[in-house]
Amino acid sequence: MEKLYGKQLERTAYQARLLALDAVHTAASGHIGGSLSIIDTLTTLYFNVMHVDPANPQDPDRDRFVLSKGHCTPALYPVLSLRGFFPQEDLKLFRSIKGHYSGHAEMRHVKGVDMSTGSLGQGISAAVGMALAGKVAKKDYRVYAVLGDGEIAEGQVWEAAMSAAKYGLDNLCAVVDVNGLQIDGATKDVMPSEPLDRKFEAFNWNVIHVDGHDFDALVKAFEDAKACKGKPTMLLAKTTKGKGVSFMEGNYAWHGKAPNDEQYEQAKAEVEAKLAELEGK
Amino acid sequence: MAGKIATRAAYGEALVELAEKYPELVVFDADLAGATMTKGFAAKYPERFFDMGIAECNMTGVAAGMSTCGFKPFTNTFAIFASGRAWEQVRNSIAYPHLNVKVVGSHGGLSVGEDGATHQAIEDFALMRAIPGMKVICPCDGNEMKLAVEALLNYEGPAYLRLGRSAVDIVTDEIEGYKFELDKGITLADGKDVTVIATGIMVQMALKAREIMAGEGVSVRVIDMHTIKPLDEELVVKAAKETGCIVTTEEHNIIGGLGGAVAECLSEKCPTPLVRHGVNDEFGRSGTAAAVLEAYKLTPEGICEKIREALKKK
Repeated sequence: MEKLYGKQLERTAYQARLLALDAVHTAASGHIGGSLSIIDTLTTLYFNVMHVDPANPQDPDRDRFVLSKGHCTPALYPVLSLRGFFPQEDLKLFRSIKGHYSGHAEMRHVKGVDMSTGSLGQGISAAVGMALAGKVAKKDYRVYAVLGDGEIAEGQVWEAAMSAAKYGLDNLCAVVDVNGLQIDGATKDVMPSEPLDRKFEAFNWNVIHVDGHDFDALVKAFEDAKACKGKPTMLLAKTTKGKGVSFMEGNYAWHGKAPNDEQYEQAKAEVEAKLAELEGK
Repeated sequence: MAGKIATRAAYGEALVELAEKYPELVVFDADLAGATMTKGFAAKYPERFFDMGIAECNMTGVAAGMSTCGFKPFTNTFAIFASGRAWEQVRNSIAYPHLNVKVVGSHGGLSVGEDGATHQAIEDFALMRAIPGMKVICPCDGNEMKLAVEALLNYEGPAYLRLGRSAVDIVTDEIEGYKFELDKGITLADGKDVTVIATGIMVQMALKAREIMAGEGVSVRVIDMHTIKPLDEELVVKAAKETGCIVTTEEHNIIGGLGGAVAECLSEKCPTPLVRHGVNDEFGRSGTAAAVLEAYKLTPEGICEKIREALKKK
């Protein structure tokens, strides 16, 4: 697949947003807020950065991705589907007993998912293990992981951060989705995590700040991460929770709530309008 | 008897002996390599050994990730931390996706001795057994341990393996017809009046109890149940039918471990008088291993008491 850039990435991300809204609305549950904040990062990863082959999802030489904030499957599943891992029709089975598109990321049934996650703080350790495996096996694949800024409160994240630095895992690039909100409210009120840059630097990581909704900046940040040798990289992606749907943006109430029919229609209309704009209609 | 060795020591030897044959084997430890006996492997295969520091949860997760890339990780720490502190990592990162990680808990049971209750895991079988798809293994001696390690290397999936701290007699190498197979209990000595189903270091004690009871004219069958999950139900039911009563014995709380598993099996498949011998739902304490085991009646005589109790229920 040819790499996508700029407007092409943005268009793909908004197509993914439409699928995300549809999946959560159909399921009448799901974590839409944080999915909309991270969907641009995931689109950049799967359509520009990562070497993956939907026809061979278990290719041992592929790049790996771990959704440590495993509840944001409404971002991951649509992006995987658009990338060709499974039909978009399958997204109708999201969170349904009729399928295996479970609420949290599931590696045994969903093609393209490299690690089952959902219990916060655990995915980053798995990503460290994949990166370590790459070093031991002398393979040059890269490993990517996405964490939430609320998830950072889990002690295991810092255990993982120490171990990634110990083994100099420069084949690992993690991203914190810094949207500033979590299920109970603002991250600064629930459990202040800042300054994240100084914390990860103190843990011997390379730290890069990036606007998580600027596709050119995201592409460059991932390139810079790849260029950094001897230590893992943490991208601190500043994002807006609920990005792309006006009434969801910056509102923590949309962390884990599905829109009703009326809200869904409004959200869909907004995203479709943006898509039309991007397609020059 | 062919010598004495702690199962943790035999385990450490097995890792080294099997390393060349199984190049995918990688070993993790959490700053206890001297105690868990992974230090031999660490010295000989440093590129396949990872000391993750005192961070068991991360170690468990890193091993999970590594297993998705074709490696066969064995994680090592004390049983209390392997099964307790990192329980949810074992459940969600290893067992739920059915990954090929062997969770090894050293220093299981009360025979940890002097370190006392905080370090004496008496709940690990129960904790690990409750997780769907987890195998739970507790070999009784050095010979069986080595066979178990290789069997686990050939088993693709999650398993918990308990090791013991103290040196114990090697007994299985002298038993005629002894054959180690995962998921299958082994009748070490036949008998017709009662069956003692034992695991770990209680196997040797059960054999001693058998001798004592022979002096009282009681014929005791001894089953070595190295695999607690999945339980060899066929062997349990057969013993129940043939001997009419059962005693289970384990270095574990009588709740949720081997005794619990056998009780579940018998009550559903073949209701039979049963007495569970083990730690009687209380914490351990400090002392030499022998003194602690004595204090909690985890002794051949302790088993004999339960045998007499079981016989009365027939």
